Amino acid sequence: MTHLNELTIAAARDALRAGETTAVDLTMACLTAIDAGDGLNAFVHKTPDIALDMARAADARIKAGDAPDMCGIPLGIKDLFCTKGVPSQAASNILKGFKPEYESTVTTQLFNAGAVMLGKLNMDEFAMGSSNETSCYGNAINPWKVDGRDLTPGGSSGGSAAAVAADMCLAATGTDTGGSIRQPAAFTGIVGIKPTYGRVSRWGVVAFASSLDQAGPMTKSVRDAAIMLGAMCGHDLKDSTSADLAVPDFEAALTGDIRGKKIGIPREYRMDGMPAEIEKLWADGTAMLKDAGAEIVDIALPHTKYALPAYYVIAPAEASSNLARYDGVRYGHRANLKAGDGITEMYERTRAEGFGHEVQRRVMVGTYVLSAGFYDAYYNRARRVRALIKRDFDQVFAAGIDAILTPATPSAAFGLGEMANADPIQMYLNDVFTVTVNLAGLPGISVPVGQNAQGLPLGLQLIGKPWDEAGLLNHAYVLEQAAGFVAKPAKWW
Amino acid sequence: MSIDIDTARKVAKLARIRVEEADLPALATELSGILGFMEQLNEVDVEGIEPMTSVTPMRLKRRADVVTDGDIQAQILKNAPDAREGFFAVPKVVE
Repeated sequence: MTHLNELTIAAARDALRAGETTAVDLTMACLTAIDAGDGLNAFVHKTPDIALDMARAADARIKAGDAPDMCGIPLGIKDLFCTKGVPSQAASNILKGFKPEYESTVTTQLFNAGAVMLGKLNMDEFAMGSSNETSCYGNAINPWKVDGRDLTPGGSSGGSAAAVAADMCLAATGTDTGGSIRQPAAFTGIVGIKPTYGRVSRWGVVAFASSLDQAGPMTKSVRDAAIMLGAMCGHDLKDSTSADLAVPDFEAALTGDIRGKKIGIPREYRMDGMPAEIEKLWADGTAMLKDAGAEIVDIALPHTKYALPAYYVIAPAEASSNLARYDGVRYGHRANLKAGDGITEMYERTRAEGFGHEVQRRVMVGTYVLSAGFYDAYYNRARRVRALIKRDFDQVFAAGIDAILTPATPSAAFGLGEMANADPIQMYLNDVFTVTVNLAGLPGISVPVGQNAQGLPLGLQLIGKPWDEAGLLNHAYVLEQAAGFVAKPAKWW
Repeated sequence: MSIDIDTARKVAKLARIRVEEADLPALATELSGILGFMEQLNEVDVEGIEPMTSVTPMRLKRRADVVTDGDIQAQILKNAPDAREGFFAVPKVVE
């Protein structure tokens, strides 16, 4: 028998409407699973009282009829989202004790739709990382385990991925600046979609790199991603880059019919030294879409190899500007000052104590590339290369391609601590297949498609046209159905 | 481009992050490595390409220039490490 916490959003919605279960029962099942899952360190602030209040309200609404799809669905919320009166620290010591006086637009919309908040989820500090190892709360751990090692759930949305894969919640919010939804989804065998830039409001989401950040759902199925995305997106006057476009019915777009659609396979994503298992997964996924009636087309995205270096100029530059606000004056941590310390010492000590190593490194890289004399050589050049990366995609879509299929990650989940002595660039390579999508502002989705020889999940990424999340989700749905990935991590925690 | 210790010290200062003298050589090496990785961008012909300012062509929305919120002093000060008499308090600033 399926336990309530193991349900998909779609199954729970249907059961709630049929009166077969209640939001309170669903929430209790998740709260029990969360307490039993402390060893994974996914939930870092639990909110059981808020959850039960929200669940009771949802039950009343369902009983009254006409409740939205997300009504009564228990969710985990990434620590990057500001939630009123609940700690929202972006996994950083510099925001220790910060309890926002306001609610982010995304969580406002989800809660208005009746969704239940179970608590806040672990992540890399300020979403800077690919393994959840830069968190002030310590590592989140992947529920998938194949030997004695603890594996990373990926990052930055590592807590979200671990919590969904371990059935502590029905789904979770994530954010994605360079792959932070799609890479952890792939590492844990779940679905994660980063929408088109501007589709989801960034208001109330702690900013990392504002021209790249987008929030999205992390779920157990493509259908769930469609349902939850619909509740998250929409125009918001509080975010000037939020798009004033109608939100389609994403679930209704899941027809399963992609006959005649053109799927691009970009040759530049076939990296030197790509593991055979990733190569095979990609070929298998290509065959699945072809069998479903799609036409497979070789395409070129010639500037792909410059995406990572461009990203690691632009993202730190924006971060150095965004993180200037953490000065020990308005919120969060302030260092204890020594006699004679002035305001500059207060800033410098506060930021040295409050920011972790990776965040300090990126703020300083950003400061350097924006400094006088280097702005043109680094920052402006990177923005010009970004324009070329976007042009590559524009040309491919203009030539009639409907979606692009690539691997989601260059490997399966790796062991926690294994990259500790590696060059930072080695860690950055995790994002090699995903950053292009952020730079070009496109929607991208990671779908679990297979397992490696050891039994760890592997994902493929589909990239869609701007604003075509509906079409993208339908392609992902076909891939999901064909792959038939149903494996779950064996419970050891 | 290699970052020397003086440049690392200057970057830390600009970023308002205190870095101990003893840690500057390691910082300089790390920054040099990352900037070395970025040098690849010099291979790209960007002649005639404008730096991207917005990934989606959009016109910023306009609204009437009127006050839309306010009177929330207590909320604004609520999370301050040191707030006194309705103000944020900081160490004495004397030039």
